[in-house]
Amino acid sequence: MARLTLKVNGKNQTVDVEPEMPLLYALRNDLQLNGPKFGCGLSQCGACTVIMDGNAIRSCVTPVGAAQNKSVTTLEGLGNVKKLHKIQQAFVDEQAAQCGYCINGMIMSTKALLDKTPKPSDSQIKEALAGNLCRCGTHIRILRAVKRASGQLA
Amino acid sequence: MKTIELNRRQFLKGTGALIVSFNLFPSSSLLAQSNPGPGIDADPTQLDSWLAIAPDGTVTVFSGKVDLGTGVETALAQIVAEELNVPFNKIHMSGLDTTKAIYQGITAGSRTVERAGPQLRQAAAAARQELLKLAAARLNATPDRLMVKDGIVSVAGDVNRNVSYAQLIGGKQFNVKITATGTGWDMKVAPEIKAKDVKDYTVVGTSQKRIELPAKLTGEFTYVYDVRVPGMLHGRVVRPPTITSKPTSVDESSVKIIPGLVKVVQEGSFVGVVCQTEWAAIKAAKELKVSWSVPGTKMPASADEIYAYIKNTKSLRDQVTVNKGNPETALTQANKTYEATYRWPFQLHGMMGPSCSVADVGKEQATIYSGTQGSFETRKAVADLLGFPEKNVRVLYREASGSYGRMGADDVSEDAALLSRAVGKPVRVQWMRADEHGWEPKGPAQLDLIRAGVDAQGTIIAWDFADRGFPLTAASGGGLRLLASRQIGMKPTADGNSNGSRGGGDMYAFENQKCAAPLIPWVQADETPLRTGYLRAPGDIARCFASESFMDEIAADLRVDPVQFRMRYLGANKRGAEALAAVVKQARWQERPSPAATSSGAKAPGRGVAISNRAETICGAVAEVEVDTSTGNVAVKRFVLSHDCGLIINPDGLKNQIEGNIIQGVSRALMEEVKFDSTGIKTLDWNSYPVIRFPSVPEIEIVLINRPEMPALGGGEPSSAPIAAAIANAIFDAVGVRLREAPFTPERVLAGLKKA
Repeated sequence: MARLTLKVNGKNQTVDVEPEMPLLYALRNDLQLNGPKFGCGLSQCGACTVIMDGNAIRSCVTPVGAAQNKSVTTLEGLGNVKKLHKIQQAFVDEQAAQCGYCINGMIMSTKALLDKTPKPSDSQIKEALAGNLCRCGTHIRILRAVKRASGQLA
Repeated sequence: MKTIELNRRQFLKGTGALIVSFNLFPSSSLLAQSNPGPGIDADPTQLDSWLAIAPDGTVTVFSGKVDLGTGVETALAQIVAEELNVPFNKIHMSGLDTTKAIYQGITAGSRTVERAGPQLRQAAAAARQELLKLAAARLNATPDRLMVKDGIVSVAGDVNRNVSYAQLIGGKQFNVKITATGTGWDMKVAPEIKAKDVKDYTVVGTSQKRIELPAKLTGEFTYVYDVRVPGMLHGRVVRPPTITSKPTSVDESSVKIIPGLVKVVQEGSFVGVVCQTEWAAIKAAKELKVSWSVPGTKMPASADEIYAYIKNTKSLRDQVTVNKGNPETALTQANKTYEATYRWPFQLHGMMGPSCSVADVGKEQATIYSGTQGSFETRKAVADLLGFPEKNVRVLYREASGSYGRMGADDVSEDAALLSRAVGKPVRVQWMRADEHGWEPKGPAQLDLIRAGVDAQGTIIAWDFADRGFPLTAASGGGLRLLASRQIGMKPTADGNSNGSRGGGDMYAFENQKCAAPLIPWVQADETPLRTGYLRAPGDIARCFASESFMDEIAADLRVDPVQFRMRYLGANKRGAEALAAVVKQARWQERPSPAATSSGAKAPGRGVAISNRAETICGAVAEVEVDTSTGNVAVKRFVLSHDCGLIINPDGLKNQIEGNIIQGVSRALMEEVKFDSTGIKTLDWNSYPVIRFPSVPEIEIVLINRPEMPALGGGEPSSAPIAAAIANAIFDAVGVRLREAPFTPERVLAGLKKA
């Protein structure tokens, strides 16, 4: 066990964990941030995506020790129901979810994409989200939501 | 149960918001539901069992239905808002708690709007009638002079004489009896009360936004995965690789160094670990050394072996849905006969979030948080497992990830219950990805055999369809046993539920016609990972694939356009013909026989059509594909679907479901197959069991056919049915290759091209 300091959503937080434990469990269980989800533990589905130093990463395979001295943003760091982030608002506008389990990953991957590429093309969006699985089949709405969030849809 | 109550009190004091879902509504203490309390089920003949109006006018609905991520709660809320004449945003769906909700049957089969919709509507109509009675007395006017808008009753022509629902009853009980006969899906509620005329609808038929969506997009929504109760520990189950054989040794020393290990649990053949933290539980489950006995049941070695077993085994029952004339005789008299066999593989639900449950089992009582489709069924299963009376088990529904039928078999709640009992503390269990891919009850393989004969004019005079397949042997609460129950030695007392029987050409009228779906026995001495469970539009996808491919084969042989050919047999089926006409119009279908003229390019385009009827919801489907003749890869470029589910409650919500069915259907048609051999399941992750990704998603066009004159029918799954069939027919149209086995992988297409 080690005492680690994590910077999550702009706040420094201390957790007592094993450094090799995946970041996901520190976020969910130690910091009680429910945005990131456990989907596979294999970096195959994207449900656990968070942003670390500007990059969308899979928190289910990233050791929590590797997140020290880095800035981590989770879904909770974007907005809340009373004050939605523009990406979240775009997902509401397009009703771009069904069960919503994958949506954390969709929104966080979108955030990382738009931060680097503010006006992505359709194929850039599809490419950026190709590693995020959605089993309900909400893909078309998600694509529209990303277009809307990037101001490319009326 | 105590810990839960404590937590709720903490919540009300504002100190512990962890287990309570995000909502803006009054806490239950302000509601006047006639709460029967633990141990007594809600009485559907009490109006107060159905809904309660709070002092602020909020209407809380104690529905026995749950939202499985399809948005059906929003649709049900619209129905109640409509009937009561209150604003949509004043409706609060309480969430299912077995100590409060009325039993309306399992949430499944696209039957929620169809069956629970009218039940809630009539309860709301009864409430409205009662409120008008109260208002008439208060306003000193006869009820026929009263009107209601936004929950305010006023006197016609004198709007200043008004009173709100909240003023009339807010926080108080109705204390009114209503009629409710029958149970579950079949319960008839207050049929004598006249509901609103459909032509006066203002909320039903509009695209209200999903109630819970914003919270899901911010992490504030409490899924079952996010439930935390005080003192909660974490558990994982250790299952054998192949079959539920017996552990011959469990080496506790292999995990004792793991910090936070609480207990290695063994009960019968059930093995699990409980730890202080989730990570410790994951590690302990992985590292625990268990030796398993040689299983008593043989795991099938290949898909071929399964199909041979299905073909050669006597059925339990034949499920004959159509039996008209004499197909055998007609076949001997036919000018030409056709025969084909189609194969559909085992497939996964593949829920994105593996199964999860939190159980708190005490000496006499248990509380379960679960994403089950049947909270009352889970209650029964857990009560049986623990040897408790049902009334001592409370199940609280918390939404899981989309499960498409998988949560009709609530395995994980049994796991959590056993582990919680073993340590005397609440335990959260989530399955790992390999557990879910390996041990979920799968959509079973089907083998469909069809024969037909045509006369000299090319008219089908004989049709004999047999969909041979397995019953669904994994379900909560109905004499079937789930994994943990079987592992502690409980035996199933039933042979399984039907995987459906419709869709084998029964939309068409042929002179001599037989459609059957023989069920082949599939309960083994030991449970194998080839367990079977309801998978979205159970069985219909395979039956539609077979029957609609076969129609196409005959049309192609007779050189008739596939749409025109189908229309000939839809004479009396007006909705079927209209759905087909609507989809081909939208698709700009060009009449000609299939296959298309040989294309010169490397990518051959093709189009295919199929129609379906699931639970009286009718769909027409047109797929447009491109087949890469060098790689065999099939790309679905455009999908057009017409959809008639009677009265539409929420058009956008419905479209969302249809889009999902199409995309999931494309995935299942093109790439999904559970692979296995005698040592177990080989597709234990998303790489070995690929599903569709963004770059492969087709363009989608949907034609909604609204029928306000009809009851509202289901929209959650019927449009799954025709997807694979339309794609198979489009592939044939493109390259002249008839695929009779799904999925339509590049290897199968290439093999077909080589033969052609």
